[in-house]
Amino acid sequence: MAFYQPARYQKPVAGALLLALLALPPALAALGHEFYIGFATRLLIFALAASSLNLVLGFGGMFSLGHAAFFGAGAYAAAICMRAGISEALLALPLAMLVAGALALLVGAISLRTRGVYFIMITLAFAQMAYYLFISARAWGGDDGLPLPGRMTLAGLSLGSDSALFYAALGCLALAVVFLGRLAGARFGRTIQAIRENETRMEALGYPVFRYRLVCFALGGALAGLAGALLANLTGLASPNLLQWTQSGTLLVMVIIGGVGYLYGGVVGAVVLLSLEEVLSGFTQHWPIGLGLLLLAIVLFAPRGVAALFGKAGG
Amino acid sequence: MLRHVAAFTAALLLASSLQAADRIKVGLLSTLSGAGAGLGVDIRDGFNLAVKQLNGQLGGLPAEVIIADDQQSPDVARQMADKFLKKDKVDFMTGIVFSNIMLAVGPTVFENQTFYISANAGPSQYAGEQCNPYFFNVAWQNDNLHEAVGKYVQDKGFRKLVIVTPNYPGGKDAVAGFRRYYKGMVAEEIYTRLGQLDYAAELAQVRAIKPDALFFFLPGGMGINFVKQFVATGLSRDTQLFAPGFSADEDVIKAVGPAMMGMFNSSHWAHDMDNPENRRFVADFQKEYGRLPSLYASQGYDAARLMDAAVRDVQGKVEDKAALRKALEAKRFKSVRGEFRFNSNHYPIQNYYLRVIGKDASGRVTNKSMGTIFTNHSDAYVGQCRMK
Amino acid sequence: MTQLILEQALNGLQFGLMLFLLAAGLTLVFGIMDCINLAHGSLYMVGAYFVAAAAQAADSFWIGLAVGVAGAALLGLLLELSLFRRLYRRDHLAQVLATFALILIANETVRMIWGAQPVMLNAPDALAGPLEIAGFSYPAYRLVIIAFGLAVAGLLYLLVARSRVGMWVRAGAANREMTEALGIDVQRLFTAVFVFGAALCALAGGLLGPLLAVQVGMGESVLILAFVVIIIGGIGSVRGALVGSLIVGTADTLGRALLPTLLRATLPADTASMLGPALASILIYLLMAAILFFRPQGLFPARA
Repeated sequence: MAFYQPARYQKPVAGALLLALLALPPALAALGHEFYIGFATRLLIFALAASSLNLVLGFGGMFSLGHAAFFGAGAYAAAICMRAGISEALLALPLAMLVAGALALLVGAISLRTRGVYFIMITLAFAQMAYYLFISARAWGGDDGLPLPGRMTLAGLSLGSDSALFYAALGCLALAVVFLGRLAGARFGRTIQAIRENETRMEALGYPVFRYRLVCFALGGALAGLAGALLANLTGLASPNLLQWTQSGTLLVMVIIGGVGYLYGGVVGAVVLLSLEEVLSGFTQHWPIGLGLLLLAIVLFAPRGVAALFGKAGG
Repeated sequence: MLRHVAAFTAALLLASSLQAADRIKVGLLSTLSGAGAGLGVDIRDGFNLAVKQLNGQLGGLPAEVIIADDQQSPDVARQMADKFLKKDKVDFMTGIVFSNIMLAVGPTVFENQTFYISANAGPSQYAGEQCNPYFFNVAWQNDNLHEAVGKYVQDKGFRKLVIVTPNYPGGKDAVAGFRRYYKGMVAEEIYTRLGQLDYAAELAQVRAIKPDALFFFLPGGMGINFVKQFVATGLSRDTQLFAPGFSADEDVIKAVGPAMMGMFNSSHWAHDMDNPENRRFVADFQKEYGRLPSLYASQGYDAARLMDAAVRDVQGKVEDKAALRKALEAKRFKSVRGEFRFNSNHYPIQNYYLRVIGKDASGRVTNKSMGTIFTNHSDAYVGQCRMK
Repeated sequence: MTQLILEQALNGLQFGLMLFLLAAGLTLVFGIMDCINLAHGSLYMVGAYFVAAAAQAADSFWIGLAVGVAGAALLGLLLELSLFRRLYRRDHLAQVLATFALILIANETVRMIWGAQPVMLNAPDALAGPLEIAGFSYPAYRLVIIAFGLAVAGLLYLLVARSRVGMWVRAGAANREMTEALGIDVQRLFTAVFVFGAALCALAGGLLGPLLAVQVGMGESVLILAFVVIIIGGIGSVRGALVGSLIVGTADTLGRALLPTLLRATLPADTASMLGPALASILIYLLMAAILFFRPQGLFPARA
């Protein structure tokens, strides 16, 4: 598996893309396609969620099939916060990250005792537990989900309009990507990737392997929580469906499509998958067949994901 | 699953941003896949039949009905509603089956000042404190059919009863509605998992209690399985089964078969009601789709006819929201259920009837009307509604 | 009271045995070929649809069951030859993506052919009612299911523990390379196991069809349960799958039947009515997490 090392041209490309995205909402509004601002925000949020899973999976080498639990926990944390009157994003978002991160810490502490397939399944089991708990929690709306009283404010400014929320999501994603890029190059990042490549050796060298993994897992959970909190604001609802195992599967598919362990793997995967859905569903109601065939083709012919087709991997 | 978006018509491809005053656009968002699909399909077919009978028009203007599947998920429903409101810019919305979905979608629809004509979901919130000028319900308030069963079970003198319902707000509302009129003993309230398909454990409990009556509210596929398994355990000999009309309509009967004979249920409509509108509806529905219509189909049909009458009333000027609201409130069409009018919370005041499942003249297993349980009945929440 | 306890025990047994039919194939594919097959639940769904369609065409449940199971086995053969064969040597990620894609394709194809609404499959009329022995009554059809499950479990035991093929299968699960080195055609063994697993799926789908609904998406919920079973039992172990199935079946049934009553006796009514169903739903996951915590390889690890 490749190390995180962005190819040389990636930085300017990312910069140009960011500029283009900044101009997107006014452009769409001018063309009368306001609907697509919401859609674009959705893309950004899922890009963030998939990137957080990529940190755990591609970076830490931990195959988690329960990531949706942290995504959903973030959404619920934000909803509960806002219903309690805390609708300042600078407070609510870190709180959501804290809750999701703490949950990930707990799940990780137990799950990381197991290996391989057993790890996949125990993360799944925890996610299922969370799912059923939220469905049964009548105080939080149960199966109906928990509606938000409105949208957050960012430093006092309202995020009520779709464009404002778009910029907030864009900011969060950009920060997260920069953070992940830095992390990959830092000591922590090099160590965790070395653990992924050869756990036994790192253990023999005296690294606290378990603790490194756990921190990585919790960080991924916290970032997923951030994405969940943003999504709840977009849809105005924290729903137990966010915690369903198929949601974990979808995030996983995004990462695999985009490229496991590539800095932009999560972003590319989310954009590719959601756009495909949007386009295909416009052509036929039987679009999942087309999507399924495409995914099969990716497995068989582009085994390292779409990002791998463009970016040259170092290491 | 990757079920974020599922659009049903090529019309969605047309990203038209212009408000077309020369036609009426209706966004029909309903549950068209999964265990609850039968309900949504009937609403859709009933609605489409009405539009077809009106020569593809609503209120004299060409109608464009855009259909989407909410997959019984509040998130998907939010997304599809967003599409209807912001991309397609529809004039009316309708079709939602389940109340939790209605509550998730409602705020955006009302904020957008689009009229929502509910052909099924009748949450208590929108009947009471959160009543909204943009919300109209042509079916019933959720509690109504349960209240009617409760009244009947009370009057008939059943005294030892078990209630079975899923563990979700709709189920708890059903119990509340039933107990508003049933005052006898409830030996046990059994709450099942929503979407549960096997009721073996619960039925064993029922057998141990030996109640003389059992009231259940399990919408869609859940009810089908429950009744089938109830009969298989042999409980039907000692325990009389009661349910609101949704759990004993044509979709369930078709699935379970003769085993359902003798089951009592309540409804505001029945396919054997004798009025000209209903005769035409039932005959045309059977001709068009080859099956008997259910109460859902009748509600979808009435929703379309309410829109038709209102648009005709305002002579197609649907942008005049105040006038359109008045026209909707006036309800100038003849419903297939006979008399009904809107209460101040935009929910119906109407009669509720007892039905029993049996064989009709042609040997078909179906519902028969047995008499009236409530006359001009409204709901328990209208007092809390301060309509603006 | 005896009626209640006996009835619930039978319910747990019936649920567990059906889970076993699904888990047996899954644990072998997983254990021997080291292949995560998320589409195992789709085979269950497609099998149920095959049985329903064949039963309707032949107007006989039993003919439908036989034809449907054969059809699913054939589909399994085609899938193994065309796709799964290429996946065995790939990593788990590729397997997850490919089989996730299969779920999408299977669900939508079924929806295209049979529609979005559940399809009806009814038990033979003779079995529609209860069977009564000395005052104890139990649905006749559920008894038939239990009989089927016991028969298949016995057959599998003979096959795996006593036959030559079974020896190869066990050897393959314990150590694939060694088995190959001994000159056994592992490729053909894989195909046979996969096809057998598909047939068991369809059998479970067909038998449960009359009790539950035959509908799109029925495979996903059951898939998770089957995974829980094989993780508890230990991947690759048929004996583990049987024990795991019975544990999960019994725990789920008893949890649903007893937990609410138990909680009501000890807690305030409001808390109990909220907690009861929630706890009953997560009971088996709690159980699995607890078992993995103490035995990270499951109860009967196939690999030493």
